[in-house]
Amino acid sequence: MTTEVKQLDRVIIRFAGDSGDGMQLTGDRFTQESAAFGNDLSTLPNFPAEIRAPQGTLPGVSSFQVHFADHDILTPGDRPDVLVAMNPAALKANLPDMKPGTTIIVDSHDFTGRNLTKAGYAENPLEDDSLADYSLNVVDLTGVTIEAVKEFGLSRKDASRAKNMFALGLLSWMYGRPTETTVGFLEKRFAKVPAIRDANITAFRAGWNYGETTEAFAVRYEIKPAAMAPGTYRNITGNLALAYGVVAGGVASGLPVFLGTYPITPASDILHELSKHKRFGVTTFQAEDEIAGIGAALGASFAGSLGVTSTSGPGVALKSETIGLGVMTELPLLVIDVQRGGPSTGLPTKTEQADLLQAMFGRNGEAPVPIVAPQSPGDCFDAAVEAVRIAVTYRTPVMLLSDGYLANGSEPWHVPDVASLPEIEPGFATETNHVTVGKDGQETADFWPYLRDEETLARPWAVPGTPGLEHRIGGLEKGDGHGNIAYDPGNHDYMVRIRQAKIDRIADSLPPLEVDDPSGRAKVLVLGWGSTYGPIGAACRRVRRAGLDVAQVHLRHLNPFPHDLGEIVQRYDKVLIPEMNLGQLSLLVRARYLVDAVGYNQVRGLPLKAAELAGALADLVTQTDPEAADVLTETDLEDIVR
Amino acid sequence: MTTTPTGATDLPFPGLSGVPTTDTKLTGKDFTSDQEVRWCPGCGDYAVLKAVQSFLPDLGLRRENIVFVSGIGCSSRFPYYLETYGMHSIHGRAPAIATGIATQREDLSVWVVTGDGDALSIGGNHLIHAMRRNVNMTILLFNNRIYGLTKGQYSPTSEPGKVTKSTPVGSVDHPFNPVSLALGAEASFVARTVDSDRKHLTGVLAAAAAHRGTSLVEIYQNCPIFNDGAFDAIKSPDTKADAIIPLVQGQPIRFGVEGSKGLVRSAAGGVEVVEVSGDNEGDLLVHDATLDDPTQAFAISRLTDAGVLHQAPIGIFRQVERATYDDQAREQLATARGGEAAPSAEQSRAALSALVHGNDTWTVV
Ligand code: SF4
Repeated sequence: MTTEVKQLDRVIIRFAGDSGDGMQLTGDRFTQESAAFGNDLSTLPNFPAEIRAPQGTLPGVSSFQVHFADHDILTPGDRPDVLVAMNPAALKANLPDMKPGTTIIVDSHDFTGRNLTKAGYAENPLEDDSLADYSLNVVDLTGVTIEAVKEFGLSRKDASRAKNMFALGLLSWMYGRPTETTVGFLEKRFAKVPAIRDANITAFRAGWNYGETTEAFAVRYEIKPAAMAPGTYRNITGNLALAYGVVAGGVASGLPVFLGTYPITPASDILHELSKHKRFGVTTFQAEDEIAGIGAALGASFAGSLGVTSTSGPGVALKSETIGLGVMTELPLLVIDVQRGGPSTGLPTKTEQADLLQAMFGRNGEAPVPIVAPQSPGDCFDAAVEAVRIAVTYRTPVMLLSDGYLANGSEPWHVPDVASLPEIEPGFATETNHVTVGKDGQETADFWPYLRDEETLARPWAVPGTPGLEHRIGGLEKGDGHGNIAYDPGNHDYMVRIRQAKIDRIADSLPPLEVDDPSGRAKVLVLGWGSTYGPIGAACRRVRRAGLDVAQVHLRHLNPFPHDLGEIVQRYDKVLIPEMNLGQLSLLVRARYLVDAVGYNQVRGLPLKAAELAGALADLVTQTDPEAADVLTETDLEDIVR
Repeated sequence: MTTTPTGATDLPFPGLSGVPTTDTKLTGKDFTSDQEVRWCPGCGDYAVLKAVQSFLPDLGLRRENIVFVSGIGCSSRFPYYLETYGMHSIHGRAPAIATGIATQREDLSVWVVTGDGDALSIGGNHLIHAMRRNVNMTILLFNNRIYGLTKGQYSPTSEPGKVTKSTPVGSVDHPFNPVSLALGAEASFVARTVDSDRKHLTGVLAAAAAHRGTSLVEIYQNCPIFNDGAFDAIKSPDTKADAIIPLVQGQPIRFGVEGSKGLVRSAAGGVEVVEVSGDNEGDLLVHDATLDDPTQAFAISRLTDAGVLHQAPIGIFRQVERATYDDQAREQLATARGGEAAPSAEQSRAALSALVHGNDTWTVV
C-alpha cells in the first residue's frame, strides 16, 4: 500500500480522554517527540481539579493540546485539526471546539449503553450522522491494544491501560514523529515492572504499525522542522523554568535559597522541583500553612538567605500581612503567585490573570511591591532571575506573577548561557555606618539599619552574626535612619513616601520597552502582560498579514512601570489591553497615564484565542483609521478570524 | 551531624553547639539596648527582661549570634530592649519566622518571645508545628491570662467565667493549658516558671537553652493593669507552699507546708494529690522529665487549675532528645553535596548549566 504524504506548515492535535486514561502523559510524549524532531511548539494541558472525577463523565475529561509547526508559533492554537477522543465523554466535551473537517479519531470501545448515557448521549453518535461534518475515524483502540499486549499476561484492565500508548503510536506514525525518545522514556519509567513496560512499548509500536499496515489511514503528514535561532534547545514547562530561575537567582547572588511554602495547585510543582536541588544549597520547607511558609522565608531572608515563597491567589491572600512586614522591614523576598481562576477556590486547575490588583494593592497601608511577570513558559526562567535581582538589590518583597497556563504549558526553550546571568550583589553590611555624637561631645560609631543607599534608596542588609551591627527591626513604623520605633507624624509621612520612592527607583534600572511596530505607521497599540503574550502576538500577525498596521508592547514589569511606558501609550490613537480578567492592567494604565485604554477581557479559565482577539483588534484598527478599512477585503477579514 | 565550628560551647549546651562563643566577659549591661522600656509600672515583663539580660552572658556566646524574634503583644516588645539581633514581627508568626532563621543558621541562638494571645490564639498553628518539628529554638511564652496590649479582653488561658471588657457577663470559653498543649504537640522540652522567682526562672532558661530542639517555657507573668493577682496563690507567702507543686528531677514530688502533700498514681490512670503519710510515702511519684512516654508529664500538667489558679506544677515537665528539624534539613543538604563544603561560584555556575540543559536537548546550527 502506498501512503500519500502531505506537507503541512502546522498542526494542532488535542488528545482527550478520561482523567485515568493518561492523556497528559500521551500529550507530553507527543510534545517531546515533536521537540526532538525540531518543530516549534506550544502546549495546553487542561485537566479537572478532581484527582479522579467520576469515570466516563464530562467533568472527568482531561485533555492535552499540542500545536507544532515548521515556523515560529506563539500559542497552543485555537481550534484543533485533530481530536483523539478516548471515550464518549471526551468526544462530547471537546466537540464544540472542533471546526468542520477536523479529523476525529475515536476509540469506539466505550460507545456502549451505560457509557453513552454517562456522557449524556441518547444515541450513539458514531452510528447516526451527527458527525458527518468531520473526518471521522473509528477504531476500537482498547480492543486492538488488549490484543496486541496479550503475550504479557496482564489483566484485561491493565492491558487496556496501554491504549494511550497505542494512540500515541498511531499519531506518531501519522505525523512522522521520531519514536526513540518515547521508547527510552517507557523503559525508564516502568523499569521496575517489566510486564507493564513491555506492554506499553508494544502498544506504542502496535499503534505505529496499525497506521503503517492497515488501510484505515491513507495519508501521512510531514511538518518540517522550524527554523530557529542557533543554539541548544529543550522543551520546558513554565513551572520547571521558574524553579530553575530560582536556583539561578541563588547562584547569581551567591545566596542560599530557602523556599517556605504550602502545597497549592497550580504552584506545587515548583516545590517538588526545588526540593530536588539541595546540592545548590536550596532548602525547601513545607510549612503548616501559607502564612508559616512566607514567615519562615522572611526569617531566612533576615538570616541572610534568599527567602522565597510560592503559591496561588488564595495563598497570596493569606500571605498579605507578611508581605507587608517584608515591605516594612525592607528585606528581600520572592513571592511567586501562579495565578488560577478565582475568586475564592475558584478554578484551581485553570488559568487567569486576576491577581494583578491583589499583587499591587492587596495589603493594608501604603505597601508598594514590585511586580514582575513572565510571558511564556520558558520566559519564567528570566522573569524569576529578574525578580531576584530586584528583591536583593532593593531589599524588598517582589511579586512574580505566573499563571496556570504558563505553569503547565510548554515550549521549546533556548537554553540560556549561564555566563550571561546578571551579577546580583547582596552587599551585606559589615561595618558601622553612622557616628552618634553624645551630649558630652563623645563620638560613637554605630549602625543605622535604615540609612539608605543614595542611588537605590535600599537600606543596608546586616545579617545576624555580624559583630557590632546588632539591631532590631519589625512591623512598627521606623524612625528615618536609626530605625527605632517612631510614631511622629512627620516621620511616618516621610517613611511612607521614601518606601514608595524606593520602589519607583527600580524603573531607573529597567531597559527601554521594545515597541513592535514594523511599519511604523500603526495607530493602534496592543499592550499586554504575562501569558497573553502568545495570543496577542499571534493576533497581531494575523492582522498585519491582512495589511493592517498594529503595534505591540508587552510588559515584564507591572510595578513600577518602565519610564517610557507613558510616552508610548500616549503616542498611539488607541490602546487595546487584552487580559484574562475584567481589566486590571487597563485600570492601572488609565489611572496612571489618563489614557482611554480599551479592554479585551475574557475569564474563561483558558488562554485567549488568537483568532477572536485578532477580530477585535482588526475592528479597532479599522474604526480608528477608516482608510485602513477601505483596503481590507472580505477575504482578508475572513482570514483574520479563521 | 553537621560539624561544630571551633570555639563552640561544649556540653552541657548541645542546644548551642553550633553557636560561636566569646572569651570576652559580657555583662547584663552589654545586652541592654538604648531603648527606653515602656511596660506599665509593676509589669511582670520587667523581671523577666532583667533575668534574661543577666542570664545571657552566662551562655558565653557572641552577642551578634543571638536572635530574638517576637510577635505582637506587650511581651513582644522584648527584642527592642535587648542588644542582640531581633525582629518584632506580626501577630502569632514568630515561631514560623524563627523556623526560617534556625534552619538556615546553625550558628545562631534563636529565641522566641510570645504571649498567651500571640502563641495560643492567633499563632496556635505555628506554635504546635514548631514543637512537632522540634526546630532548635527556645520559646518564652509569657502567660498573663489576658490581652494586655488591646486593653483587657479575655485570652485563651483566661479562666471560665472571666469578666472582661469583651465578656461583661463572663467568658464561656474553656482555656488551654499551655503545658498540656505542648506535650500533646510532641514538644521535646516543656517547662513552666514564674516571673517573680528569679532563681527558678534562670535555672529553667539555662536548661531550655541547653536543650537541642524546641524548648517551650511557659512563664506565669503578672499583668497588674488588666489581670492583677492572677498568680497570687503561687506568689503569696501564705499560700504558695500549697499552690506550687515543684518538679525536681529524680525527687519524689512533694509540696505543701513541710511537704505534707505528694503526688501518686491514681486508680484512673492519672496522678492525684494525697496527704503524705508513712503508709504512702513509698508510693510517691519520683519526677522524671526524661521519660520517653509523655503520659506521666501530661498527667502532672493536668493538676494545673483551669479556673482561678490555686495550684500549679512548676518546673521542667519534659526534656527528651529527639532529632531536630533544622539539623536534619542541613544534613540533607550536606548529603546532597556529598559532604563537600559549599561549592565555589564557578562550580555552582557549571552545575547550573548542566541542570538547565537536562537530558533532552537538541541543537540548531
Ligand atoms: S498591660 Fe499588663 S502585660 Fe501589658 S505592659 Fe501593662 S502590665 Fe504589662
